[in-house]
Amino acid sequence: MLAEYDSLEAAMGAFAALDAAAPEGVIDLVPAARTVLVRVDPRVLPLPAARRWIADTAPAAPAAADTTAVTIPVRYDGPDLADTARLLGLTTAELVERHTAATWTSAFIGFAPGFAYLVATGLDLAVPRRATSRPRVPAGSVALAGAFSGVYPRESPGGWQLIGTTDAVLWNEQTSPPALLAPGTRVRFEAV
Amino acid sequence: MTLHVEASGALALVQDAGRPGLARLGVGAAGAMDRAAFSLANRLVGNPSDVAAIELLLGGMRLRFVRRTWFAVTGAWGEVTLDGARVEPHTATLAAPGAILALGAAEHGIRYYVAVRGGIAVPPALGSRSRDTLAGLGPLALSAGDLLPLGPEPVDPIPSVDVVPIDPPSAATAELELLPGPRRDWFTDGAWQRMLGDWSVSARSDRTGIRLEGPALDRIVDGELASEGMVHGGIQVSPDGAPTVLGPDHPVTGGYPVIGVVTDASLDALAQLRPGQRVRFRAVAAR
Repeated sequence: MLAEYDSLEAAMGAFAALDAAAPEGVIDLVPAARTVLVRVDPRVLPLPAARRWIADTAPAAPAAADTTAVTIPVRYDGPDLADTARLLGLTTAELVERHTAATWTSAFIGFAPGFAYLVATGLDLAVPRRATSRPRVPAGSVALAGAFSGVYPRESPGGWQLIGTTDAVLWNEQTSPPALLAPGTRVRFEAV
Repeated sequence: MTLHVEASGALALVQDAGRPGLARLGVGAAGAMDRAAFSLANRLVGNPSDVAAIELLLGGMRLRFVRRTWFAVTGAWGEVTLDGARVEPHTATLAAPGAILALGAAEHGIRYYVAVRGGIAVPPALGSRSRDTLAGLGPLALSAGDLLPLGPEPVDPIPSVDVVPIDPPSAATAELELLPGPRRDWFTDGAWQRMLGDWSVSARSDRTGIRLEGPALDRIVDGELASEGMVHGGIQVSPDGAPTVLGPDHPVTGGYPVIGVVTDASLDALAQLRPGQRVRFRAVAAR
């Protein structure tokens, strides 16, 4: 079942609330930009009951700003840093300042295992994607696109603007959970 | 206990029941594509129904047994031999040490399942031994020279059934059940009617998705869809109007609207569709 919401914030709040009180029979919750996909085992949780649960669940308020955050150390040396700052009408120092001052939240994961779409409330960025995407973006690249920031968990193609690099491990199959930035995780970037 | 891969054929993957429940982290379920054939193969050799087996596309594989080992082949039908003697499908067969199992070209269906007693015991990734071909997770596709470890002797004996009476996968037009998808309203009624009509399976189909060839499906709503969660069996329609039925290795999220969703009961049949085979959908209501 696909539950639909008016905004990213509403979808994030709904995901948090649904995840906090998932009844038996829920196999998976997949948050995205405007939706939460709810996969259930109908033998355990019949569809009408699942529908009622989704409709009756009030979205959670965003986590308080002082919630513990994962800190990601970043070298702001990305090949697109200067271009991106110029596109936003900022100096590179101002862009770095905004990127590190904000508290980000992992809204959802898409594109590749562990690739979190991070949003920051109050930070009004609208970063265009690159006109042509790169066939290879190195693992650990810190990037911007639209209102989102992200870190490439492994080498892959990509069209986001690359502003820096980190040595943080975003994806490790040996840890639980394997993704460092599971949906709902709060994140700070720190210039090193 | 090991199994030697002497020839790997078109594409031989280790698959089990998959790794559901990790989609929020960007990891799909993967797992055997024809779940019924997979679990039958395991049950025939007394395994728990979800231990890892080999999913072989098209055929062309040769396996050599090191010890006396029970095995069973299900799914696709073709010429399957053990040291040259014909192997009955859907039957537990005992291989002698050094015996060679050869799976020829599939004549009915397209995916064989080979279960061996004890299961294939390669190291798991994130709780599963399934290869996810899109995410690149789990054991690599098998290749000649691989030595596959087998798991411990299961508790259950070999069941006493001689033959499981199951017909081979059919080459006739496949009729699959279809639920309206979350974005059914992005398409015209004419497009929905065409969706229920006849399609041909494209040769460019794999575990990520089965592409269907036929008339273009026109949309009412243009514009872009924000990426949203996808499911195995969802039929997403690309901007040129072509539908793809998502397979077990589908991307976890996608930005193409989903016009319909193949029911769980019809998913296994998708795994055995051959390129060029005809497919038709029958609309059903959500239960």
